[in-house]
Amino acid sequence: MKYTSQAVAKPYFIFALILLAGEILFGLLMGIQYIWGDFLFPLIPFNVLRMVHTNLLIVLLLFGFMGATYYLVPEETETELWSPKLAIITFWVFAAAGVATILGYLFVPYAELTELTFNNLLPTMGREFLEQPLPTKVGIVIVVLSYLLNVTMTVIKGRKTVITTVLLTGLLGLAVFFLFAFYVPDNLIMDKFFWWFTVHLWVEATWELILGAILAFVLIKVTGVDREHIDKWLYLIIAMTMVSGILGTGHHFFYMGAPEYWLWIGSISSAVEPLPFLLMILFAFTMARDRKIKHDNEMALTWAKGTAVMGFIGAGVWGFFHTLAPVNMFTHGTQLTAAHGHLSFYGAYVMIIFTMISYAMPILRGRPHGNCKKAQKVELASFWIMNIGMVGLTLALSAAGIVQILDQRVGTELIGFMESQESIAGIYMIRAGFGVLVFAGLLTYFYSFFVKEEPQQA
Amino acid sequence: MTERITKSMAKNIYYGGGTFALMIFIALTFDTVHQIPKRSNQQNMTESVVAGKKLWEKNDCVGCHTIVGEGAYYAPELMNVFQRRGASDEATFKAYMQGWMAAQPLSAPNRRKMPQFHLTPAEVDHLSDFLIWTSKVNANDWPPTIEG
Repeated sequence: MKYTSQAVAKPYFIFALILLAGEILFGLLMGIQYIWGDFLFPLIPFNVLRMVHTNLLIVLLLFGFMGATYYLVPEETETELWSPKLAIITFWVFAAAGVATILGYLFVPYAELTELTFNNLLPTMGREFLEQPLPTKVGIVIVVLSYLLNVTMTVIKGRKTVITTVLLTGLLGLAVFFLFAFYVPDNLIMDKFFWWFTVHLWVEATWELILGAILAFVLIKVTGVDREHIDKWLYLIIAMTMVSGILGTGHHFFYMGAPEYWLWIGSISSAVEPLPFLLMILFAFTMARDRKIKHDNEMALTWAKGTAVMGFIGAGVWGFFHTLAPVNMFTHGTQLTAAHGHLSFYGAYVMIIFTMISYAMPILRGRPHGNCKKAQKVELASFWIMNIGMVGLTLALSAAGIVQILDQRVGTELIGFMESQESIAGIYMIRAGFGVLVFAGLLTYFYSFFVKEEPQQA
Repeated sequence: MTERITKSMAKNIYYGGGTFALMIFIALTFDTVHQIPKRSNQQNMTESVVAGKKLWEKNDCVGCHTIVGEGAYYAPELMNVFQRRGASDEATFKAYMQGWMAAQPLSAPNRRKMPQFHLTPAEVDHLSDFLIWTSKVNANDWPPTIEG
């Protein structure tokens, strides 16, 4: 660790991983309720499980991004963080607000929660992924602003690099587009249109900038490749992200009440969306091939390459499957969307956080050369278990989606939703099985933190 | 391929291309906002429809159902439930909704359960009005079939 203030990243990383365990656990509970509808009902209805599952994901990614930023910004700017104290206060405020919100979901019926949290003053609740009560949403704004302030002030007083510029642009976009979460028109269609400004432009635009910046930072560190070279790649990747991702929002506007021209604009732009991810693969593998140093922390590079590959498959390939308007007519609102959602969030975002933690955590724990060989072996096993689990889960959900389409939407002998879902029960069991595998992989990953150095040979 | 592209070229594509895409997006946003009231028949958006939307949000219906194809995939699509369960007749649909909402949760073992939301008959009517209004939105001929 070159700068003492980088240490503030540590609690962010640890908390992100704890939240990830919770996220997967609630995913498993949902997976079981999908098969046995009486499971946990009426104690925890499905919508509550899902809210906890998706909200934990969003919050853990934000914690991960923040930890990654606080770690990399001092090194990039070659100066201490502007205010490590603010970063720690932000951590506790965000952690407390996050835990309180989850407990609220679990122990207060949602309708009551809306009343308790002044939703009638400014109704923002009850929309997918943005279910947070008003105080939590305001809290997120405050936390993000303090984070943005801290990073900006650090960048201003230190060295400016392409990585910090891209990162800051991404963070600014994240802050700006969250504001649409407060705009809820009475017209459902208008509401949905602007809802995507937060949801899509986070995931398929601004977050990709953050992802690109973190990936570039780790690759510089573990391959020793010249910064000029890395910068060029980073610019290319985010250029493709911006060109395709912004207008790619249109792929959500096909069949929700927006005008017809989105059918064309959305299809064409989002057909280009796999490109930045393809470039990420080329980037990671080219840098690994041309590396100037061989870092002892081999797992960091493994995760970096894995992020590029899984991000491409999950976001790029699985997104492309259903992004053309004539195909989307049949896939819209089926399990195929869930399949794509799972692998893209995991491949692009959860894995970039693993990448950063895998690189930074050993250093934060006083091991500049990475964890010992034995620990890395365990970590490599966890890498494969989680990846296989996620791919299996995604394939199962894709199969479920295809059956659903054939049952409900193609041909003349159609059956209803509930009947179709019953016919898919076997596939849901396979999905749940792979979900358990993902969780086992995460536990293996946790275990790798506690593998002790082997005693030195005399 | 990448050898021929310099860092400053890549940078220009990012700023130029990004700004260009953003400008088009903003222009189309203005046009879409202009068109949505007509496509969604905003003139028919009565107080009851708006009250129904608020109930829809207050009870997190989207946490299990999809509407206009968006939401969770645990329970049926509701954009065309008016056609599916009400045969496109308002009185039939409203009567159906009163019965259906009162009967929850169904006792069928291991069937996915919908909670009892304790809505008043007037509130159920608001919800029905909201779903009827939604069913008439011009969503480019989606959903493809009555089964949603």
